Amino acid sequence: MSAVWVLIGVLCAGTVALKAAGPVTVGARRLSPRVAAVIGLVAPALLAALVAYETLTPGRPGLEVDARLVGLAAAAGAIALRRSMLVVVIVAATATALARAV
Amino acid sequence: MPPDSGIRAGVRAALPLVLPTLLLGVSFGVLAKPVMGAIGPIVMSVLVFSGGAQFAALGVLQAGGATGAAIAAGMLMNARWLPMGFAVGPSLRGGPLARALQGQAIVDASFAMSSRGDGTFDRGLLIGATIAQGSAWIAGTVIGVTGGGLLGDPARIGLDAVFPAFYLTLLAEEARSGRAVAVALAGAAIAVALMPVAPIGIPVIAASLAALIGLRTR
Repeated sequence: MSAVWVLIGVLCAGTVALKAAGPVTVGARRLSPRVAAVIGLVAPALLAALVAYETLTPGRPGLEVDARLVGLAAAAGAIALRRSMLVVVIVAATATALARAV
Repeated sequence: MPPDSGIRAGVRAALPLVLPTLLLGVSFGVLAKPVMGAIGPIVMSVLVFSGGAQFAALGVLQAGGATGAAIAAGMLMNARWLPMGFAVGPSLRGGPLARALQGQAIVDASFAMSSRGDGTFDRGLLIGATIAQGSAWIAGTVIGVTGGGLLGDPARIGLDAVFPAFYLTLLAEEARSGRAVAVALAGAAIAVALMPVAPIGIPVIAASLAALIGLRTR
């Protein structure tokens, strides 16, 4: 059981340090336009990677195509129809559950 | 830089995230309880406060991996906070300690919502959105640990599709320009290409390199 607490303690300390490093060191510096352009594009790059990762990860290195992909496609449809985020995630979960049930 | 929204405006803006995040928290609580006991998952959601890292670490433990390997998976999954912190840094205010504290409000949703797309971030949105979402994450974990047995296997009801759908919604709001769409496609391609060969976490961090497309002058 104590291994779990080591895990939690180390991850907590590491996460705090990772999040604090940038804000503490860069200060309130003005950004050059090119740097600003890159920073403005970090969010779409990371979010797209997270979509791919969370849809296809087997929980270890590798790719796994399963019912989550059906859920993601259903979510994309709901987004195209301009549904709220809550509707989108419920549609995704329902489609995935149905795909697994058949 | 345009003025920041208030923290309350941030909380309001993040209200649509509350229920989806609650569901994610429930699914983490349900899956983590058999491996980490009843208290561990709740403390972890309060202190580590990162769905991606917590699921990654849990995945290693479920597969019978060592604690060290679980820590490594969680830290790699969280390594993206480093470049994100450097991105948000100039938009924060106060002395080093105050800035370090405000930096703790960086999570995927608050980062995406507060990004103005011009390199600056709305500090009130960042903090308010994290307060709303973090409360839901912790409450969901508590529900999952205490009452999750009623749900059965989270995968059976499709809860594992909630995370990608959640990120896709954020991405749809973020990818407003042709350039942002190109960066998103490149980021996803980098992640998929690396997933079979790189340790967990690396594909997602490497994908942030797609933002370097922004260096090209228009």
